Amino acid sequence: MNDAIQALSAAAAAAAIADGGLARDELFEHYRARAAADQLNAFTWVADQPAAPVDGPLGGVPLAVKDLFCTEAVPSQAGSRILEGYCPPYTATAVTNLEQAGAALLGKTNQDEFAMGSSNENSAYGPVLNPWDRSRVPGGSSGGSAAAVAAGLAPWALGTDTGGSIRQPAALCGIVGLKPTYGAVSRYGMIAFASSLDSAGPLTRDVTDAALFYSQLVGRDSADATSVGFPEPIELPSSERLDGVTLAVPTALVDGEGVEVGVRESFEASLETARQLGATITSCEIPSARFALSAYYVIAPAEASSNLARFDGVRYGFRAEEKSLDAMYTETRHDGFGAEVKRRILIGTYALSSGYYDAYYGRAQRVRTVVARELAEIFREADFIVTPTSPTVAFALGERTADPLAMYFSDLFTIPMSLAGTPAISIPSGLSNGLPVGLQICGPAFSENKILSAARALEQAIGFDGSVAWGATSG
Amino acid sequence: MIDRDELLHVARLARLALHEDELEATAAELSTILDHVAVIEELDLTGVEPTAHIGEVADSLRADEPRPSLAREVALARAPAVRDDGFLVPSPQGE
Repeated sequence: MNDAIQALSAAAAAAAIADGGLARDELFEHYRARAAADQLNAFTWVADQPAAPVDGPLGGVPLAVKDLFCTEAVPSQAGSRILEGYCPPYTATAVTNLEQAGAALLGKTNQDEFAMGSSNENSAYGPVLNPWDRSRVPGGSSGGSAAAVAAGLAPWALGTDTGGSIRQPAALCGIVGLKPTYGAVSRYGMIAFASSLDSAGPLTRDVTDAALFYSQLVGRDSADATSVGFPEPIELPSSERLDGVTLAVPTALVDGEGVEVGVRESFEASLETARQLGATITSCEIPSARFALSAYYVIAPAEASSNLARFDGVRYGFRAEEKSLDAMYTETRHDGFGAEVKRRILIGTYALSSGYYDAYYGRAQRVRTVVARELAEIFREADFIVTPTSPTVAFALGERTADPLAMYFSDLFTIPMSLAGTPAISIPSGLSNGLPVGLQICGPAFSENKILSAARALEQAIGFDGSVAWGATSG
Repeated sequence: MIDRDELLHVARLARLALHEDELEATAAELSTILDHVAVIEELDLTGVEPTAHIGEVADSLRADEPRPSLAREVALARAPAVRDDGFLVPSPQGE
């Protein structure tokens, strides 16, 4: 391994390429060799060579892309058997934006099937291992993206977040993950899970890389009617202080049942750091938080049950050979989908079915209104809401696979922001028993510049060293 | 609690086959999840409007002008079965 190249952040690598100190091909080959030797099962496909070079702010830096994104002529399987070998005829706008800014596609990363999961154990292509401890999960659903960046197999990665799928794996792998404001990034070509919640964002080594990546990712897209773009340029953060900044802590939630002691200790240490940087810490309440989790697990499956109707064995993907059309549909879906996806399709179909719609889906949508209102109310008084990103550190492989509800609990702190469509970042706050803990910083819609600025100041003061995890794979 | 008949009805709506040996465990799992999400019944939602979508999406219509789309052979290239210029599927009546 070339330690000098490995040590460069993506922003530093782009700068080195721009000023001639580093060759694009050398950088690409460094990461291609590491990705090809991946022992974490983080990648489902690795490029043989870089695409034709494009000049731009991302300057030739290799890019790992979650397999949920369509990439033309490259396998895009969404972690599902039903899309095994599927190579789409077009590329997602989010990927195109990054490529046009100079990023070079390095590989596709493993994930929970159709982004449904919090451990990456729901992939038809096998679980991903956490580079900090290979007996543990990397989180999910963007587990391959998070593990690849944390292990230094990719400089940065594109992921998706529907209920926490960027933030939670970023936390469990000790890296930075940004879930954007809903609508800031196009969803065109991102294989749909829950359309009113899905958002695409960066998983990176540090906050500056996240800002650079995100600055090229946002934009209105005529192919996605829900995309609105971003109202201002995304700036690279330089802040070192938090003077005049108010951070609100939802105390009852953070002190609640199921939050590990080590996570709480790391969180409290971050608050102390924030105070030393000049921030004011206040307490707030999100009374609807425990209802938010339940509402999410109605809304997301309901939308998924509709979106996943397209996988019917007719136009692409896996088909079960049956003699009648109806048996072909139902057996294709039986054999092609994994257990969690089927569970959610059934829950979603049930929640939308005649006689249950008002009690489940209708009510869940009204809970969503309450959650969004409560967050907006807090943002009237405070700049940010801060929480641990995940109630626990990375858990053992297999520990929660038999209990869907225990798995859903992983998303306790991330789901309110998903329902409200507001942005949030996870940055490493430290270690608990040798495993990374994430700090979540959430702001109102389109406050990404402020979030990145505050996150950068905290990151500098915390001084987390993620390079420990680079040695987890050879190459 | 979701029973066998209800589960089969929902699976039918979802066009998802469930095999005999999967019914009991699936019904139990779904019941556990539905019991859990039922806590949303406890919240007073009087006068609260539903949110289907966050943010305003207005005036997103484009001009109605013809544009190139996927060529037929490209669209058909990934299909499990094709005949002539269309997708081939089994007969609705069986063979």
